[in-house]
Amino acid sequence: MIQGTRRAHLSPIAQLGDSALRLVGDMGAMFLFLLESFGRIFRSWGQFAKTVRQIYFIGVKSVSVITLISLFTGMVIGLQMYYALAKFGADGFLGSAVALSLVRELGPVLTAIMITGRAGSSMTAEIGVMRISEQVDALRVMDINPIGYLVSPKLAASIICFPILTAFFDLVGILGGYLTGVLLLGGNSGVYWYRVSAYLKMNDITGGFIKSLVFGVVVCTVCCYMGYYTHLRRDAVGPEGVSQATTAGVVTSCVLILLADYVLTSILF
Amino acid sequence: MTQQTTPDILLEGLTIGYGEHAVVSNIDATLPGGKISVILGGSGCGKSTLLKHILKLHPALSGRIVIGGHDLAKLDRRGMHCLRQRMGVLFQDGALLGSLTLGDNVALPLREHTRLSEKDVHERVLAKLGLVGLADFHDYFPNELSGGMRKRAGLARAMVMDPPLLFCDEPTSGLDPVTAAELDQLLLELKRRSDMTLVVVSHDLDSMRTIADHVLVLGDARVLFQGSLAELEATQDEYLRRFLDRQAAERTTPRLTMPPLDFKLMKRDCSGYLDEEQ
Repeated sequence: MIQGTRRAHLSPIAQLGDSALRLVGDMGAMFLFLLESFGRIFRSWGQFAKTVRQIYFIGVKSVSVITLISLFTGMVIGLQMYYALAKFGADGFLGSAVALSLVRELGPVLTAIMITGRAGSSMTAEIGVMRISEQVDALRVMDINPIGYLVSPKLAASIICFPILTAFFDLVGILGGYLTGVLLLGGNSGVYWYRVSAYLKMNDITGGFIKSLVFGVVVCTVCCYMGYYTHLRRDAVGPEGVSQATTAGVVTSCVLILLADYVLTSILF
Repeated sequence: MTQQTTPDILLEGLTIGYGEHAVVSNIDATLPGGKISVILGGSGCGKSTLLKHILKLHPALSGRIVIGGHDLAKLDRRGMHCLRQRMGVLFQDGALLGSLTLGDNVALPLREHTRLSEKDVHERVLAKLGLVGLADFHDYFPNELSGGMRKRAGLARAMVMDPPLLFCDEPTSGLDPVTAAELDQLLLELKRRSDMTLVVVSHDLDSMRTIADHVLVLGDARVLFQGSLAELEATQDEYLRRFLDRQAAERTTPRLTMPPLDFKLMKRDCSGYLDEEQ
């Protein structure tokens, strides 16, 4: 009886401990998964063609959505900042405010979140479906390493695409700020561009790029990991397992992006 | 690793399953080289699970699997690499990669493991697709084909490296009788021509009677029988006789006693809706 009562009291703590252990185990497994995927990028020339295909899928096909999001983000920042700065008679600093907020923070974060929604989710679903339909097993029995075949090209493509798309986001966003701050609200065009170039330091640009690289690795690793181990999920199996894995992949990626953003901002700037 | 042309497969004290749950225990069997061994049994008896363990897709709970004299558990990465290049596997639904055309699916092992030129790869792929009657479907994607065609394409991919070991998981299930018979003939021809060791998982008795040299019957979480087809046909074991003669087991489930469901109990009343016009 006493034992039973004690067990009942300990049960939530035991559950917490179990969750913590599972989290640590998952993180360790994910890190090993990342190491193996990274190591297999350079295994053969065959990876090059697969990487190019993934660059097309992750990078080129994301350009339109990144253009739209970055343009409107820049326009909103331009609009809000202009009114805020104008109250203090500092509307001439609009260019630097838009550029710094985009290059240091919003560019890398929003680009990563957008690519997670567009490409990350499909990475999880694709690998998850292959897992439940024995295609991953088929690769193994053909002596083709499934991580090398499926994940490594995606990781290489993510490492290449995330920084480039972030740079594109920054450029279009700054242009969006110009559209509202200068063309719509009548700010000075020369001052806008001068402030952009004067206040944007190399350190800001490098920091933004480092962030986007880290986000690329995080998104690809998390999404591919969730798909690859779909069959081990406890909450659902089969097609439902794939959908749960996809949701988990996107949510975990977004949380980790924001977490990593805070850590990197503390370290880099 | 030395290559044996027609390797035997030995299963010694093998217990297979998932996690800690054993599906079949203490399997002691030999699947002889150069012959067609059929693993037979009812649905859910562990046939496909056994195949996945032989392919080392899952670790055995206990016991040994020895292929061509090599203990799978003791093989290092290179040894496993060499062994897998000598295996061809046809999965239950073909397991073709959905993003590749049929030709690219069949060419995949050649492109990954050989130094053949693209021209040679193409020739070999066409030859194997021709063997299963799919040469005209080279540029089709798997989702554009029927289940039977996908299965035949899976067989072409399994054979493309001319492996001495071929494993087939229910090759005739879901196929029409003519296509199933053609596939059986193809397996027999393969064995005759290339002296292969074939392991076929099946519950198709007609197919088993056509192709089997050696039979392993699973049931009740153990091996019920192993031996030649003639020995199996002569068995007097009650369960095996019922299985072979396709007799239903004595009913343990209740008889149909309830009246049929009344249409009026349906949430949307359809009674009389599709009756002839009055």
